[in-house]
Amino acid sequence: MIRMHGIRKEYRMGENVVAALDGVDIHIKPHEFVSIIGPSGSGKSTLMNIIGCLDVADEGVYLFDGQEISDYTEDELASIRNHKIGFVFQQFNLLPKLTARENVELPLIYQGMSAGKRRKRSEEVLGRVGLLERMNHKPTELSGGQQQRVAIARALAGSPSLILADEPTGNLDPMTGAEVMGLFHELHEAGNTIVLITHDAKIAAQTPRAIHIHDGRVLEPATESEVVI
Amino acid sequence: MQLMQTISMAFKAISGSKGRSFLTMLGVIIGVMSVIVLIAIGQGTTASVTESISSMGTNLLTVNIQTRSVGRGGPGGWGGNSGGNARGTVILKLDEVLELENDETIAYVSPTVSGSLTVKAGSTNTTASVTGVLPAYANIVNQGVQDGRYIIDADVDNRSAVCVIGVDLAEDLFGNTNVVGNTVHIDGRKFRIVGVLESKGTSMGGSSDDSLILPFTLAQRMLESTTISSIYISAVDSASVDAAQEAVESFLYKKYQNESTYSVMNQTQMLETANETASTLSLMLGGIAGISLLVGGIGIMNIMLVSVTERTREIGIRKAIGAKRSNILLQFLIESVVISGMGGLLGLAGGMALMHVLEDVLGMTLVMSLGVAELAIGFSMAVGVIFGLYPANKASKLRPIEALHYS
Repeated sequence: MIRMHGIRKEYRMGENVVAALDGVDIHIKPHEFVSIIGPSGSGKSTLMNIIGCLDVADEGVYLFDGQEISDYTEDELASIRNHKIGFVFQQFNLLPKLTARENVELPLIYQGMSAGKRRKRSEEVLGRVGLLERMNHKPTELSGGQQQRVAIARALAGSPSLILADEPTGNLDPMTGAEVMGLFHELHEAGNTIVLITHDAKIAAQTPRAIHIHDGRVLEPATESEVVI
Repeated sequence: MQLMQTISMAFKAISGSKGRSFLTMLGVIIGVMSVIVLIAIGQGTTASVTESISSMGTNLLTVNIQTRSVGRGGPGGWGGNSGGNARGTVILKLDEVLELENDETIAYVSPTVSGSLTVKAGSTNTTASVTGVLPAYANIVNQGVQDGRYIIDADVDNRSAVCVIGVDLAEDLFGNTNVVGNTVHIDGRKFRIVGVLESKGTSMGGSSDDSLILPFTLAQRMLESTTISSIYISAVDSASVDAAQEAVESFLYKKYQNESTYSVMNQTQMLETANETASTLSLMLGGIAGISLLVGGIGIMNIMLVSVTERTREIGIRKAIGAKRSNILLQFLIESVVISGMGGLLGLAGGMALMHVLEDVLGMTLVMSLGVAELAIGFSMAVGVIFGLYPANKASKLRPIEALHYS
């Protein structure tokens, strides 16, 4: 699913050039549930941006679902995000003026799906996260846990190859956080590939595998045979 | 992504902030309203001028002669005392002018003399325009009396102190139009009112409704004008106008030997001149109104720029879940076009309502032509595109990572 070899990303801070990622090798297989854990400033956000095709690496090879992501135009990256990646953010990032259903339909609109199909699909995924009866509510009328479940439904709507969650429980109390983690486990058991980014060791401990990142380097890098084809 | 989806999204965003959207639209509304109303006023003026000129009859010819001796009546023609040739030594006599009536293409001839004199009735005092005419003048300009009688030949021959009064002037002086037999003092001299003129409404050169008609010979004295500087002539029918004009021109050339001394205009030429003036007026009014539409467009751009900044996070979210640059560009562009288009439609409705009100106030028929309505709507949409392009492009260029972390 994900193969990264020698990924490097630099930022210019005034006169200095800082390497946020300094040669990262990662291999994530389909149907895996992996957490990427590291303290703030470790480069995990940068890594997430590259995995999520929100940004491209300066150096190295990134194969996503068999496709090499390099020299892609902005629109090509948008298309990959739209069809193959479902994002779940710490801040939920729902559009406040749209209802839960309209939020879920949004990625499908950009896929060009017809209204009838969108309706069916949005009901399907909202039912999956247990919010069918609240689908016509706006985000402000929903609790934090419910909002995050709407966000997960939105991530699932486009049937992506990968669900990428960035601190999904960071803004939730422990109880609802645990519920959301339970949902991720269900999705994993149903065959979804999930990458969860966190700084919380307790959350990382709940996933079958954790990749630790520190100062732009992975502490348990993948072997060469895993990342080079 | 389907266009309809984007359009419904734009409507949702606009109805989400109604107050602001309306204020933004207001610029376009006022712009379109003023374009429509001002052009309608311009065209209304053209129509009423055209109408008043044609109501005088299409057979009319007017002659203006430059004279050297200028009385209180003012110069009859073009440029007053320019040039130093001997034109002033040639004096046109009334008998000579009337000889023109012998031409088979000419029906009536009346020299005129006009000026402004003080008119007094009882204690009411005013200044009115006074025209001295021959009886034939009534036939030439298609304006007789609605009450009493017109100037007759005996009045002209005897220099009788009689006058025919316009309805508005009668109202001003006496408070009613039932004034035949009353007396007025014109420039201190006592006149008997023998008739009331038919009302013709306002035209470009003021209204005959607030003027006085006097016997030509007496008016010449009153206005201290010894020469004939203006002649009204009507051809027997509209087909003879050109022949009549030639006859008049050859008569005048024989007399003056100098074409620049006089001018002969027919109604077609006068219509052309008036229409030219009126269309320049329409264009100018429309242009001024167009500027306000432009200002409305800048208002849209301003609000769209604010909106892009406010919605940076929304743009980031949309891009993260797969919106392409073109999706975002179209979204914002359509929003600004919808705002300006709706403003255009509201302006159109407001303009029509305002025209209705103005028709009564101005006493003028205002007609909105379809072309102007289409132009105004089209122009306001174009304003939306042009002024929406920059903000929309700015929105579409936002990078998803930065936009997502904007707060």
